[in-house]
Amino acid sequence: MNRRTFVLRTVAAAGALGIGWSLLPPRSRHGDRGDIPEDPGEHTLNGWVKIGTDNHVTVIMSKSEMGQGIHTTLAMLLADELDADWSQVRTEMSPLHAIYNNIANVVDGLPFHPDDHGTLQRTAAWFTAKTMRTSGAMITGGSSSVKDLWLPMRQAGASARAMLVAAAADVWKVRANEITVASGILSHGSGRTATFGQMIEPAIQQSLMESAPLKTPDKFTIIGTPKHRIESRAKQDGTATFGIDVVLPDMLYASVVMCPTLGGTVESFDSTATLALPGVRYVTAVDGHNGGTAGVAVIADTPYHAMTAVKTVKVTWEHGAMAGVSSAQLMQQLSESLDFKSGHAYAAHGNVNAALTSAAQIVTAEYRAPYLAHAAMEPINCTVQFKDGRAIVWASTQVPTIARLTAANALGIDTDKVDVRVQFIGGGFGRRLDVDFIGQAAAIAKVTNGVPVQTIWSREEDMRHDFYRPACISQAAAALDSDGNLTAWRSTSASQTLVSAALKRNFGLPGLPIDKTAIEGAFDQPYEYPAARIAHQSVSLAMPVGFWRAVGHSHQAFFTESFMDEVAIAARKDPVAFRVALLKSHSRHARVLMRAATLAKWNTPLPIPLDGTRVGRGIALHESFGSVVAQVAEVAVAADDTFRVTRVLGVIDCGLPVNPALIRQQMEGGIIFALSAALHGEITIENGQVQQGNFNDYQMLRMQDAPQIEVDIIPSTDHPEGVGEPPLPPLAPAVGNALFAATGKRLRTLPLRLSRRPRN
Amino acid sequence: MPAIVINGKSYEVSAEPETPLLWVLRGELKLTGTKYGCGIAACGACTVHLDGQPIRSCVTPLSAVGSKAVTTIEGVSGAEADALNTAWNDGDVVQCGYCQTGQLMSACALLRTTPSPTDQDIDEAMSGNICRCGTYPRIRAAIHAAAAARTPTV
Repeated sequence: MNRRTFVLRTVAAAGALGIGWSLLPPRSRHGDRGDIPEDPGEHTLNGWVKIGTDNHVTVIMSKSEMGQGIHTTLAMLLADELDADWSQVRTEMSPLHAIYNNIANVVDGLPFHPDDHGTLQRTAAWFTAKTMRTSGAMITGGSSSVKDLWLPMRQAGASARAMLVAAAADVWKVRANEITVASGILSHGSGRTATFGQMIEPAIQQSLMESAPLKTPDKFTIIGTPKHRIESRAKQDGTATFGIDVVLPDMLYASVVMCPTLGGTVESFDSTATLALPGVRYVTAVDGHNGGTAGVAVIADTPYHAMTAVKTVKVTWEHGAMAGVSSAQLMQQLSESLDFKSGHAYAAHGNVNAALTSAAQIVTAEYRAPYLAHAAMEPINCTVQFKDGRAIVWASTQVPTIARLTAANALGIDTDKVDVRVQFIGGGFGRRLDVDFIGQAAAIAKVTNGVPVQTIWSREEDMRHDFYRPACISQAAAALDSDGNLTAWRSTSASQTLVSAALKRNFGLPGLPIDKTAIEGAFDQPYEYPAARIAHQSVSLAMPVGFWRAVGHSHQAFFTESFMDEVAIAARKDPVAFRVALLKSHSRHARVLMRAATLAKWNTPLPIPLDGTRVGRGIALHESFGSVVAQVAEVAVAADDTFRVTRVLGVIDCGLPVNPALIRQQMEGGIIFALSAALHGEITIENGQVQQGNFNDYQMLRMQDAPQIEVDIIPSTDHPEGVGEPPLPPLAPAVGNALFAATGKRLRTLPLRLSRRPRN
Repeated sequence: MPAIVINGKSYEVSAEPETPLLWVLRGELKLTGTKYGCGIAACGACTVHLDGQPIRSCVTPLSAVGSKAVTTIEGVSGAEADALNTAWNDGDVVQCGYCQTGQLMSACALLRTTPSPTDQDIDEAMSGNICRCGTYPRIRAAIHAAAAARTPTV
């Protein structure tokens, strides 16, 4: 069975497990008007928008806002087609419903090269999309939100507009096609005008319009314009409610101590002294849920009572499979699993061995990346009330329907007895794709007799009980002919895989041997290698791993683009020209790369400082989540090998830039997020326990370390692509390449350290 | 029960004297604009003003507050706060937003003592406030913009 056949059968099996064919829904994602709660004066036109008699337009948000600006951007999609007045637009979280299931995210996860639009790819994509409409999940992740809702939310806006127009035509007794709409006002040539609020009551009497025409890009008035973040003021004045800010009457607080060894369990505990402390109500053991680690929770009147009391519980742990394991051993296991014959080849064409045998020069290298924690600013927390057989969960989550399933399982009730209320997320970065803490908080809420309880992890528990970006090792070889042309590229990487681990811990499903997220960033890049074998070896280890912003791209881009630089230099070619020669049929990528080179004055050498500081410039190009990004980094290296990244210039082609203001923000923020990881990020394990616990030993970039950043967005009217993650991957290789240019030293291990004293 | 003054209002609180001010604000008074980030004064998310000075409320025990005036994001006001809020919004600073109330409290204290801060002043005043989303360049620009808006141009 070849790879493609396997993929299709897997998708078919997953679909058949989830649903019966007859239950597949129609293509429409408009939804039922009855599902949205309404305030007095509000009327629901479809599953995506309400309009109030006071003229407010409330756009329904099915994606979680975690800083990526998605609430603003999605509201823009709908408001533009509605011809709303942007100043009257506000947002509200959606209920849980299948119309909000993320289709794009899952389709993107199929292991096809971006250039592959063959029958098998199209069939698999169609089949997956159809299946996801019912058996999928609401997911905010994979930089997929705009891709997923680009058509549905515009269609919902156009449909709502058509209903308002039809209502005005009825009321005014004129033809609908004589009515114009602009900035929330319906007008007719006869001089009649009405606001949306004045026309909403007759509009909801109209039948749902499934196929109202959409605007062509030249007619957009909101899409493509810079708009301020819709929730900015609330986040500035402290009124925005993150999960940790949920306050309920009589609410109790829980603090948890989990087995310091990942995956461990509680053998026994003694809470006698703890229960005698002021404010303490209950002490209970909690199992590890959905891949999490077991522990003991203390429930108290205030968070401080809970977090101080939890330290007094005497626990005997059963340390489990990770006992005695160190990160050095884990890296050794990855290393031992690697050879050029191993792994599943995600890309293979041409005769790589022949090219290597006849090469004028062979370049080889081994690259390494460590485990990383998410370390979002908002520590893990979740609030649950379990009363009379029903539960309400207030959570900062990227996966509300999976959260609902998890809470239901933890409480032993049906999912229709669980309501999930999604809050602002104080940084997601993929951590809130996991639901271990939701199952845990639900289990804790079982013991409080109906009183709501907010479980808050300490920063240390947050950092030591994460699902970490997997460590990875990659070995690469490239063949050059006597003219310095690349004739073959071979790479094999080894790491734990993510999708199979997530399916197992969340749904009990057997793992898939193929996982695009392990090798994305290596096999799916645009370079036209004459011959290539790009493979990944899945290694089974007990370390919990999860989705970290940009996922596989976060390290595979470092391997690919650093090695590309090595090969170019071995070929005595300019790194930009060397890449462009491999992009003859990929003009989009070549354009982004050359634009970055031009803006950074790539061909003009950096001025050499008189104080002996060494300077250098490095470039990297990377496609991820449908977008293409090139970055040029500049570094300054002191005599003692400490260095600063002084400037980063980034160019992005993300298709039609829906909100250029927030795309710039994501580019800048992504560069700094990636720079924190490139310079400092490393989670180490001793005896099965994570060694880092807080921001003093897991360092983040700070104000004084931030480089000067410039961003350029390529104008485009193509389908919009991802923005939240694509800015990250090129940063580490651009910096590594710049350090090589400055010092002649090639860094092949993350984090990037020239000296023993890392410092930006 | 000790009384403390927060945002100009006196509150009787039941927390023990060693309780960090952060948890008095969040746990007892439900003033949730001040955030928990690290608990060890390493991230700045919990920054409030104590008699006008920026402090990390996660390591400041209630006993150290005494009669000093506490100002939180819910109560901060005045020309500097207004200018910063406008600059923050206009400059598209905020992303996830979790650290931003602490950032604004640190920035406000800076502008009150240093109306026209240099980049180095900003580095020193803001280096204790971590932003995981990477909004530093925009925070810097917004502080400069707020300072400029407060300073009459010649």
